[in-house]
Amino acid sequence: MGRMTAPSPSPTEQVSPDVDPAVDDAASPDTPWQAIVWNDPVNLMSYVTYVLQKVFNYPEPKANALMLDVHHKGRAAVSSGDKDTVEGHVAQLHAAGLWATMQRT
Amino acid sequence: MNGWKRTGRGERVRYTSGFSGEEAAVLRGLFQEVRQMLAGRAALAPTDELAELTGIRTGPTTRPTDRVLARLLPDFTTEDSDLAGGMRSLHEPALIEAKDAAAGTVLDTLPEAGGRIELTAGQADAWLAALNDVRLALGTALDVSEDMPEQLPDDDPRAQHLGVYHWLTYVQDSLVRVRLKSL
Repeated sequence: MGRMTAPSPSPTEQVSPDVDPAVDDAASPDTPWQAIVWNDPVNLMSYVTYVLQKVFNYPEPKANALMLDVHHKGRAAVSSGDKDTVEGHVAQLHAAGLWATMQRT
Repeated sequence: MNGWKRTGRGERVRYTSGFSGEEAAVLRGLFQEVRQMLAGRAALAPTDELAELTGIRTGPTTRPTDRVLARLLPDFTTEDSDLAGGMRSLHEPALIEAKDAAAGTVLDTLPEAGGRIELTAGQADAWLAALNDVRLALGTALDVSEDMPEQLPDDDPRAQHLGVYHWLTYVQDSLVRVRLKSL
């Protein structure tokens, strides 16, 4: 019964992974997305390199270069692709505790 | 605790260390604390019939108001708040589950009384993720910044906690360094 009377989310908050009006995939099918990792004062440089190697299978020099970009420039684009792919990357980066977001290129 | 060592190769690689009873108690307490925070957040997930029918779980669409939880569960995008809410709702239950499982691995492999521990590669990866979550939680609560001094004045209420934070940093960094060598 509790379920029946529970407040339902407002229409704008409803999630439908397949039909998401906020993402105009049909209008711009080629628009790639990027996963961005942001610098933060807690994550260790060694750990960021490790996560980039683990999540993306990047060789150590590439993972290390991206980590240094994050550290010195405050952010780095660590991957790109279609929305679902990059969304999956960001979820993995969040599971590892990195501060990551995704954006259209 | 005196760092981590790697033994063996390939499938047989193991990561070993030792913790005193006091160290184990501190670690276990921190992991239990983070687990409880995440469980509290998970309890806020809406229950609906669709989710029960389809097995697709959804979480809340809004960012946690607590800043520690907000750091553990960041927004997916800053471009579009509706999109961020949708992605959060879709991914948050699995993210909380992954973090809870990692903390669970630490609690399962770290004896309450302390002692020697030996981890497989998979367990070491869970330790690294869980240690990172605990450091994020403590670091956020302590307002850790990059130019923060190694030690705070004794009369700063954060001084003792910062010591624990630095110790966790050592535990994590020494493990990640030996783990990186076998990736």
